[in-house]
Amino acid sequence: MSSMPPKYVSTTNACKLCAPLGAALAFKGVAGAVPFLHGSQGCATYMRRYIISHFNEPIDIASSALGEKNAIFGGGPNLKLGLTNVIKKYRPELIGIATTCLTETIGDDVGRFLFEYVREVNDPALLPKLVRVSTPSYSGTHMDGFHAAVTALLETLAENVAINDTVTVLPGLVSPADLRHLREIMVDFALPPVILPDYSDTLDGPALSRYQNIPAGGTTIDEISKTGSSRAVIEFGRTLVDYHGGGKFLEKRFGRTRHCLGLPIGIRETDAFFNVLTSLSNREAMPANYSAERGRLIDSMVDGHKYLSGKRAVIYGEEDLVVGLTAFLSEIGVKPVLCASGGKSGHLAEAIRAVTDGVLAESPLIRAGTDFFEIAEEATALSPDLIIGHSKGYPLARKLAIPLIRLGFPIHDRMGGQRILHIGYRGAQRLFDEIVNAIIEQKQTASPVGYSYM
Amino acid sequence: MQAAILDERKEQIHRTGDSPCEIACDKDSLAGAVSQRACVFCGSRVVLYPIADALHLVHGPIGCAVYTWDIRGALSSGADLHRLSFSTDLQERDVIFGGEKKLKAALLELIARHQPKAAFVYSTCIVGIIGDDLEAVCRSVEAETGIPVIPVQSEGFKGNKRAGYQAACRAMFRLVGTGETTGISPYSINILGDFNLAGEIWLVRDYFKRMGIEVVANITGDGRVDDIRRCHGAALNVVQCSGSTMDLANMMEERYGTPSLRVSYFGIEDMADSLYSVAAHFNNPEITERTKEVVRREVSAIMPELKRYQQALIGKKAAIYVGGAFKAFSLVKAFRMLGMSVAMVGSQTGTREDYQELAAICDPGTIIVDDANPLELTAFLEEKSVDIFVGGVKERPIAYKLGVGFCDHNHERKECLAGFSGMLNFAREVYASVMSPVWRFVP
Repeated sequence: MSSMPPKYVSTTNACKLCAPLGAALAFKGVAGAVPFLHGSQGCATYMRRYIISHFNEPIDIASSALGEKNAIFGGGPNLKLGLTNVIKKYRPELIGIATTCLTETIGDDVGRFLFEYVREVNDPALLPKLVRVSTPSYSGTHMDGFHAAVTALLETLAENVAINDTVTVLPGLVSPADLRHLREIMVDFALPPVILPDYSDTLDGPALSRYQNIPAGGTTIDEISKTGSSRAVIEFGRTLVDYHGGGKFLEKRFGRTRHCLGLPIGIRETDAFFNVLTSLSNREAMPANYSAERGRLIDSMVDGHKYLSGKRAVIYGEEDLVVGLTAFLSEIGVKPVLCASGGKSGHLAEAIRAVTDGVLAESPLIRAGTDFFEIAEEATALSPDLIIGHSKGYPLARKLAIPLIRLGFPIHDRMGGQRILHIGYRGAQRLFDEIVNAIIEQKQTASPVGYSYM
Repeated sequence: MQAAILDERKEQIHRTGDSPCEIACDKDSLAGAVSQRACVFCGSRVVLYPIADALHLVHGPIGCAVYTWDIRGALSSGADLHRLSFSTDLQERDVIFGGEKKLKAALLELIARHQPKAAFVYSTCIVGIIGDDLEAVCRSVEAETGIPVIPVQSEGFKGNKRAGYQAACRAMFRLVGTGETTGISPYSINILGDFNLAGEIWLVRDYFKRMGIEVVANITGDGRVDDIRRCHGAALNVVQCSGSTMDLANMMEERYGTPSLRVSYFGIEDMADSLYSVAAHFNNPEITERTKEVVRREVSAIMPELKRYQQALIGKKAAIYVGGAFKAFSLVKAFRMLGMSVAMVGSQTGTREDYQELAAICDPGTIIVDDANPLELTAFLEEKSVDIFVGGVKERPIAYKLGVGFCDHNHERKECLAGFSGMLNFAREVYASVMSPVWRFVP
């Protein structure tokens, strides 16, 4: 059940993205921030295109645009020139600098370059905050880049100011709709949150009359600085349990209480999250509107359970998303037959075991560090009824002629990827309705009769 | 407005009318300017991508392969190996100890699995740094498998997108001349620089067929390795998108004496000119006659509907930012045909000559820009208050955030915009966006 050695040398249709993309996404969730990739121009442009196609928002990612000479003599001068140009044009409050495979391999010392840069300017006080993160693309996935950027933000900006009543939430890569719901939940529990990152506005903004060079929204630097003395830290992601990231940093450096929870998808994982909030807010129970949501969710699960009983699902995507979805599917009677991810934290199998123990009779096949070639190979043998994941599973769903429930990132073949709600009872309700209706539709379409009453 | 333009960028922007067009271009992108350009690898990848029966293996960390997985609208009439994304997914230990062994194993594995007609191996940034000997690995796999295995020197940082085009042309040129050319008609051409987006090359091939001209190789839309191997047997290279494949035409002219013609299949005027110039090259009265017939029939088929769009769109204003400047010429003319004016036009990879030619056909006061970025484009769109912006995915959100219509004319598109019927589709696209009721609601 633990991860096996890779079956093939080559990778076909990867089920992961590279680390700098994750870092750029995380930096997009900081107010006034411009992500900056230290590398060749193509990296920034490719990632912009990839991210734009999901969010349909302007995604400006600067680049030090290294050329051949820089690769030989070092990228320092280009990095500094790039920073100066970004500062002139964007007037940012923060620049999030992520490395790439090129600059990691040529051995650029970004820390030193930034130190020199700050020393060389006339008035360092006028500089934006410079936060750097090492994200070689030959190591890990976009999730590693994402978490590393969050960690770097905290390491650079968190302070031990007067103890405040905020609760820091490190949600990981969730949708803008998830972030909005998360904030709503926290506010309803009367727990003022600092959510890092929060790209709910920057990556899902309104139509405007004037173009904003840096879209409004995001976690402010002031909020991030408060995290060092916030009441508690909630970090989503079962695979992060012993990860030395943002949560552990705040725990170790500032003695904050860290709650590492599963991504709150489905009933039990959301219950666990709400229990923590209930206890943090010294309440007897969750607010009534949420217990009502939970009640309606369970009621609908009863109504629909016969349609789903024994249906077989293939799930793929980021490890923690896969864990959350597997938890939920096992609650609604769908049998996860294959749980796959391009990531390889080493904790996927254990996390899936934890969320399925006592609920699933049979363990799903688990594949970490895999690609869509292997996923397709395994899936075909498992004859699933549905596939759950982002848009890149579409060729497989098409080949098997079964529904694809689109969620996560990227959604490149539908509108509204940023508005998909995954978390909380409300997210589970939406997921449930979509999954059960996809199964009903499949049955309806396959029927020679054409019932309008299913 | 001026705040949007960095000093170092000023020479790459020209306004027609005030002075001769001395625009600076073909420069490396400025650090921190947020250029819309990609890299050398991107240039190679877009050109070779549509060769559908070749294996395209990206040697490097996962990003370069995964961001170019099935992103083009380049259709194939058969094989579709090009739609898969292959990578050696280099890991830290490969970077330290070298990736040659992994590359060889990956090539052998994939060639055995897919039986391609040839393999292209793309070099990425770090491969250029860690010093893997791509040539040697390719040679040894070629010897073992018996298919051409061709390295593409596309390290991202070694120049800009144009350098990538050249690397792709050098890679293809290794195939040229290795196939049998008997039985090729004296009235024969290769189509260079059409990528069969939404089936465009099929449309263009049909025109040539009706003219009595044989197409030997599609380079590269719906491309096939065996066709490229024998394409030196064609009498003429017909080159569109000159930035990307002109180098191949030049190499073929030098070695095989194949002459070439620059054409464009966008817009009625340029499409017709292209067919007439090919006909003129062969100087055969029958071909000339048939060409006139093709143009007459195609134009008359689209004119009634096109006129309706013209009436609605007359007087509207457009802005253009595309990859290659040559496409921009055709777009300026196509908009003019629709009764629209063009207030800004730019490209990622234009040459001085391209921009001068553009300046010559544009109205006074038109902004011409090389290697622009989001803030410049935003400033230009706001200044000129245009009704529609033509570009690619990266330009789309800029237009939409400003409440401006948009037409995708880049390689991701799924609409056929080439040929005569493509002009009609283009007019429909422009109409659909410009005339949408949605603009009533934007602030």
